[in-house]
Amino acid sequence: MQPLLTIQGPEAALFWFLAPLSVAAALGMLLVKKAVHSALLLAWVMITLAIFYIAQEAVFLGVVQVIVYTGAVMMLFLFILMLVGVDSSDSLTETIAGLRPIAITAAVGLGGLLVSLLGRATLGREPIGLEIANNAGNVQGLAQLLFSKYVFPFEVVSALLITAALGAMVLAHHQRTNPRPSQREQAINRFRSGSLAGAAGLPGPGVFARHNAVDVPALLPDGTPAPSSISATLKARGDVLDSGQFQLDNVDTTVVEEK
Amino acid sequence: MSLDNYLYLSAILFTIGAVGVVVRRNAIVVFMCVELMLNAANLTLVTFSRINGTLDAQVIAFFTMVVAACEVVVGLAIIVTIYRSRRSASIDDASLLKR
Repeated sequence: MQPLLTIQGPEAALFWFLAPLSVAAALGMLLVKKAVHSALLLAWVMITLAIFYIAQEAVFLGVVQVIVYTGAVMMLFLFILMLVGVDSSDSLTETIAGLRPIAITAAVGLGGLLVSLLGRATLGREPIGLEIANNAGNVQGLAQLLFSKYVFPFEVVSALLITAALGAMVLAHHQRTNPRPSQREQAINRFRSGSLAGAAGLPGPGVFARHNAVDVPALLPDGTPAPSSISATLKARGDVLDSGQFQLDNVDTTVVEEK
Repeated sequence: MSLDNYLYLSAILFTIGAVGVVVRRNAIVVFMCVELMLNAANLTLVTFSRINGTLDAQVIAFFTMVVAACEVVVGLAIIVTIYRSRRSASIDDASLLKR
């Protein structure tokens, strides 16, 4: 006679506290605009699932869930998000007319079907629980199964992992279509292009002895600022200071001692 | 509380993931919704492992995690490749076969 499963009060409290939070986070994943926010909400859903696994006596899976999903997979997602950057596809406007009502109808249908099926299905016996199966420890029990009954699927999965790693390498590999220009070719191009002014390199930023930060254009001999001496990024951001204020006759030369 | 509640939660999460796959346009978000569906299926497996009193379902959930990890690696590599050639991560833009 196997002992029947009774669900203790704390687990029920845990469930009723975390389940609404995880459903809310999953819904938020659909509704938020930015992909990064979706990723963070998904990480939260995965953490709640890990807690559910541990509550359901699947300690090993709970820990693996945190390490593999919340750790590795979500890190990979965030990495790719940073690589790809913010995109117009983040917008929630629908491009296919009428897609959203159809999707919501289908979702209500699918969800209703699943829930009503679950509500009507009976197992014909009481749930057993894992006290006996976890007798020697959850990890030991899983290892026992993994290396006896499921040893062939285990080997197949290792082949799958290697294939996936190779596939990712092949996909991420980038071959140059034209050879990289050598230093000699770069020098020749500099002298043959446009003017000779930049052939020996662009002028550095800053006004000597007064202010030599990168946001101040250098002064040309006639006193005008040299536009090529500052970075185009700073120019686009509007972070460029006027170098005129650092000219000798404009500068307040009285020394103030700093305390 | 009955163990069925875990199954209901799993069904709801699976449905939300399915809607996300259909509705969202950013390929990465679509991918995350697929992950949510896989996780919901895993919750079902873990719950049934407890109902049946055997660890087999937990082993299968473990395999699901490994397959999901492979899928993420290859899928994100494909997304990056598409982004590199088309400068867009929108799933609507990758429609070259249609024309």
